[in-house]
Amino acid sequence: MTGADIIAKLPYQKPFLFVDELLEVHENGIRGTYTFDASSDFYRGHFKDNPVTPGVILTETMAQIGLVCFGIYLINKLGDNLDGVEIALTSSEMDFFKPVFPGEKVFVKSKKKYFRFHKLKCQVDMYNEKNELVCRGEIAGMLAEKTD
Amino acid sequence: MPDKDNMIAELKLIVKPYIQDEEGFENMHEGSDFINDLKINSANLIDVILDIEDKYDIVFDNESMDKMLNVRAALEIINQKISEKQ
Repeated sequence: MTGADIIAKLPYQKPFLFVDELLEVHENGIRGTYTFDASSDFYRGHFKDNPVTPGVILTETMAQIGLVCFGIYLINKLGDNLDGVEIALTSSEMDFFKPVFPGEKVFVKSKKKYFRFHKLKCQVDMYNEKNELVCRGEIAGMLAEKTD
Repeated sequence: MPDKDNMIAELKLIVKPYIQDEEGFENMHEGSDFINDLKINSANLIDVILDIEDKYDIVFDNESMDKMLNVRAALEIINQKISEKQ
C-alpha cells in the first residue's frame, strides 16, 4: 500500500484534510508532511491580525498523519476490510514548543507504542522546515469495524 | 490460588489512573463493573488490560478481552492465565 493509496482512503476532505504526502510507512511507524494553507479560514480569527496555526489544528494534523494514515496501513496489513472501519480519537496529550505560521510546511513522525484490540497508541512528533521540534505527544484512537 | 482480597487490592492500583468515578472506585468490590461503576471508557479499558498483562506476565486473547467487564471476570481471567503458564 503506497502513501497515495492511504491518502485516498482517508475519510477527510478540504477544508479539514491535513495530509499532503506520506514519506515513509512501515510496521512500526509513519512519516508525512503538510503545508498549512495561508488562506485557511481559521487564520482570520486565530489571532486577530496575528495569524498562528491553532494547537488543535496541529494536534489534528498529527492525528491524521500519525494515527489515521498509520492505522489505515496497519488495518490493511491485517487483511481487514478498510471500507468497514470507523476511526475515533480517544486521547491526546500534547506539548507545544514553537508557533507554526500560515504557509509553513511541517513534518510529522509517528512511532507505534502499541496496536492491540483495535486501539492504536502512538508517540508523535512534529518538526518545522528548520528541523525544530514544534510539538510532541501521545495520541490514541480506536479503529473498529462498523457494527451496524 | 492467590488470595482474592489481595488481588482486588492489586487490581485497584492498576485501574486507579483510568477511573472517572471516585465513589465507585472507593467501594470497588468483586461485582464492580469497569464501565458502569468505575466509568473507565472502552479505550482505557485496553490500557488496564495491558497493565494487567505486564503485572502478571500473561497475555489476553480476544475471548478474554470480551469477558473483561467486571472485577470478578478480571480475577477469573488472571487466575486462569496464570495457571495455564504453570
